[in-house]
Amino acid sequence: MIKAVMVMNTQGKPRLAKFFEYLPLEKQHELIRSVFGVLCSRPENVSNFVEAESVFGPDSRLVYKHFATLYFIFVFDSSENELAMLDLIQVLVETLDRCFKNVCELDIVFNYSKIHTILDEIIFGGQVLETRSTEIMRAVEEISKLEAASNAITLVPKSASGWLSR
Amino acid sequence: MGSQGGFYQSKEFLDLVKSIGEARSKAEEDRIVLGEIETLKRRISDPDIPKFKMKEYIIRLVYVEMLGHDASFGYIHAVKMTHDDSLLVKRTGYLAVTLFLNEDHDLIILIVNTIQKDLKSDNYLVVCAALNAVCRLINEETIPAVLPQVVELLAHPKEAVRKKAIMALHRFYQKSPSSVSHLVSNFRKRLCDNDPGVMGATLCPLFELITIDVSSYKDLVISFVSILKQVAERRLPKAYDYHQMPAPFIQIKLLKILALLGSGDKQASENMYTVVGDIFRKCDSSSNIGNAVLYECICCVSSIYPNPKLLESAADAISRFLKSDSHNLKYMGIDALGRLIKISPEIAEQHQLAVIDCLEDPDDTLKRKTFELLYKMTKSTNVEVIVDRMIDYMISINDNHYKTEIASRCVELAEQFAPSNQWFILTMNKVFEHAGDLVNIKVAHNLMRLIAEGFGEDDDTADSQLRSSAVDSYLHILGEPKLPSVFLQVICWVLGEYGTADGKYSASLVTGKLCDVAEAYSNDETVKAYAVTALMKIYAFEIAAGRKVDMLPECQSLMEEFLASHSTDLQQRAYELQAVIGLDAHAVESIMPSDASCEDIEVDKALSFLNGYIQDSIEKGAQPYIPESERSGMLNISKFRNQDHHEASSHGLRFEAYELPKQTVQSKIPPASLASTELVPVPEPVYVRESYPTTTVSSASSDAGSTELKLRLDGVQKKWGRQTHSPATSTSSSTSQKTVNGATQVDGSNTSNSRTRETYDSRKQQVEITPEKQKLAASLFGGSSKTEKKPATGHKISKSSSHMVEKSHVPKSSMEVASEKKVPFQQPPDLLDFGEPTVQSNAPSVDPFKELEDLLEPTTQVASAENHGSTAAATKSPDIMGLYKETPAGIHNKDDSDILSGLSNPPVTNMLGGTTKTQVAQSSKGRRPNLKDSLQKDTLVRQMGVTPSSLNPILFKDLLG
Repeated sequence: MIKAVMVMNTQGKPRLAKFFEYLPLEKQHELIRSVFGVLCSRPENVSNFVEAESVFGPDSRLVYKHFATLYFIFVFDSSENELAMLDLIQVLVETLDRCFKNVCELDIVFNYSKIHTILDEIIFGGQVLETRSTEIMRAVEEISKLEAASNAITLVPKSASGWLSR
Repeated sequence: MGSQGGFYQSKEFLDLVKSIGEARSKAEEDRIVLGEIETLKRRISDPDIPKFKMKEYIIRLVYVEMLGHDASFGYIHAVKMTHDDSLLVKRTGYLAVTLFLNEDHDLIILIVNTIQKDLKSDNYLVVCAALNAVCRLINEETIPAVLPQVVELLAHPKEAVRKKAIMALHRFYQKSPSSVSHLVSNFRKRLCDNDPGVMGATLCPLFELITIDVSSYKDLVISFVSILKQVAERRLPKAYDYHQMPAPFIQIKLLKILALLGSGDKQASENMYTVVGDIFRKCDSSSNIGNAVLYECICCVSSIYPNPKLLESAADAISRFLKSDSHNLKYMGIDALGRLIKISPEIAEQHQLAVIDCLEDPDDTLKRKTFELLYKMTKSTNVEVIVDRMIDYMISINDNHYKTEIASRCVELAEQFAPSNQWFILTMNKVFEHAGDLVNIKVAHNLMRLIAEGFGEDDDTADSQLRSSAVDSYLHILGEPKLPSVFLQVICWVLGEYGTADGKYSASLVTGKLCDVAEAYSNDETVKAYAVTALMKIYAFEIAAGRKVDMLPECQSLMEEFLASHSTDLQQRAYELQAVIGLDAHAVESIMPSDASCEDIEVDKALSFLNGYIQDSIEKGAQPYIPESERSGMLNISKFRNQDHHEASSHGLRFEAYELPKQTVQSKIPPASLASTELVPVPEPVYVRESYPTTTVSSASSDAGSTELKLRLDGVQKKWGRQTHSPATSTSSSTSQKTVNGATQVDGSNTSNSRTRETYDSRKQQVEITPEKQKLAASLFGGSSKTEKKPATGHKISKSSSHMVEKSHVPKSSMEVASEKKVPFQQPPDLLDFGEPTVQSNAPSVDPFKELEDLLEPTTQVASAENHGSTAAATKSPDIMGLYKETPAGIHNKDDSDILSGLSNPPVTNMLGGTTKTQVAQSSKGRRPNLKDSLQKDTLVRQMGVTPSSLNPILFKDLLG
């Protein structure tokens, strides 16, 4: 199963952290820090896999992908395939890209709860739930529509662009 | 930025994020966040903030917590939000609680009801949100509360809900297999779901179930194969394609499942060959996901019953991986190669070059994977090259975790495939030198055992060669500065045991070196202890051989220092050494037989020789011994005590009162007795658990009411509760409490009982430490019974082996030492009341005085002990009686028989020792060329490391035979 998903920028600031097994807050931060320590010392053009047993304990692997200013990190155990996890990162990023149109770090920062919603559609209880980004988009869209409808308060969108127009 | 929909954030939040982003230091960031927390605290407690504002505050709290600050003040508000009717607010609430709380948090109880309600909701999005929370927040105890609803949802019309319900059920299974074991058939049913997504979700729990129990799912092989076939033939809707691959994640899961089902099952495997072969052909190796499926195929092929055609395809795929420029694919290729060589070892040969390239790669992950592969393909022909490589790499890295791992692998390979003793010793030296303190102490013990026992063949020549070469290299290596402690222990032991055995080195040279070690590492007590024992052995061997012993002046000054050492262990060893030196040759020979480290020590576990003494004591009115298991209340007490220890370690200072020594006593106390109620710290166990030491007054009073319906003496209780810090007072309180009751006789026995309990508890803890060590001992000595002794027999062993111990404990590894020698240390607390057995230094030891006395005049001791025993029996004080019964009398009595058994051993062992001398000459000759050889090889390898292209072929010969 997938143990954790993290997104952090190249300065080590966490942008998103979701642990599928409960860990105390301090432990989460220790892990985020040590993961960053490992990642920032890795040279360019090497594999996307890192030995994670010293950080996450036995039977854990880590796959990361570097996009512009962000690291996307998945931690999982031997019941998952490393290359497939790399593609799951791809799925996540593709979905984000569809959602925000040329996604950048700021989108992730400012749409914190939406990112969580998207991630919940992809990974559920530590297992891969959905890998079709159109399907994920549809679900997220539906949620936001219903939420908006169920909410009497009108929340004026800042702009009409983005995925609604797609 | 895209449209916000329901995810709109306020300007304030954006400003916060922005200012955090612009913070130039961690301190500045912390300041901003703390300010934010203050603001949130203030606003969130406002009773009538609008919902959408509240929602935003909660999101800000989540954000603050992600940055590492405590936001627990807002948890309750997040919980409240889950009760809201608005989907938007509810979802935010669920998101926050899943991130904030763990399944055992107190607030969960407030959410379970909401979850139950939401699982029945008409709105499937509400159901999904609730299912999401179920995965994270439901623990073993609350599963039954939501289980019926979740099972119902398995038949929900929306496939998204069905999928999530399956996942939730899977989660329940992970948390508590027994609670959903009757529902496992649902997973099978859902495999036939109309929606491929639901079917795919079912594979996750099935994979886990099959991992645990393959045999009950063999019937599904056909179904899985046909599903895989349909997927591979693109029969699924186009929407399931990912990068032109048909549902690759489902394919991967299926291949993993087939690998499990086909493992070692020819019939099942035959069903799979066609479809796996098809996938090999169809897979698009240009995309990442295509390679992921290919890799999974290779794993499957290497796991199921081998099929030559498939193996060929797998080998092709591997070579494509290894030839690729992508490091990811190389990594996967190396991993796959490691799997496949188990079935067809010859496949490695064609990839020699690629493997070597990976070994040279700057990518650490790839390098480590390659070492893993090399580790798997090590044979006696290539062990030298591989281990040398590993050691070079080990020296170059800083990551302690991996250093430890690779060091232990080196040791394992060296032990298994060592081509020569000299190489083995040199390799071990290198490992210890560079990773010494990271290496498991067991490895050191193993090395000592190996040197002592040899390689198992009945070839004494080889064994003594091994020892001589070890001594040679150790004397040489001692010149190096700063060696790891573990390595020094090995060196000291080997030098003590075999330093002078071959006659090549004089006793004064070896003892001089040992003294240097003890001086140079003066802050390492364990090393010093090993050194002193080694010195004693060498002197003993000298005396036994009839040579005159002249103690070096530095050795003498060292001994003087140790005789006054703070460490009782060192002191004792120094005294022992002194005593041994004063003895004549015959006596020394029997207490320190040479080369007897592998001799077994007989232990009479039943202590039958004590029967006479016990009979005597009972006749004199002593209480018979009651086995631990039959003593009432024992279990409870020890449990509480364990709890206490936990508490104590987490708090440092203990503020709670100690519990009653015996629960049953409480009921006997007449309620009128004021003194007793005052002394009884009634609510104690309660606040041990709650750990609110500061709020004793309130909790004490309320709990006192519930547990005991007596006088309400809150203030008094608190006072007494605080005062009883030391175990001594608790014992005394129980005594006095009984005296009030009037029955002095019962009293005494009870007090002694509680005391014995204390000692038993400490013993129990000791026993708890040792099981893994016991295992080691068992493996060293073929399951000899010594280590299994009951706590009571501990005394005996330490005594019985007192003459042998110094010889025997070291080879047996210090676990033996620890268990044997620590036990006597439990007596001082009993005898002298040191309070707690913290005296146990990390180094093994025996009470020095007793030991010495035993050595010199065992008979008088026994007599005096018996005197004590009888006087004790005569006195009316049952407390002291109990103690004597338990401990010292028993020990001294054992001495007679032990000395006898000790004397019967030595002659045999001595003969063994004699043989070693004859092989000296050969060993010293044999060593040189080999050393040169290995050096040459070493340089060769290094050269190759620099210029891999020109010299590689030779390396391959070594590597790949």
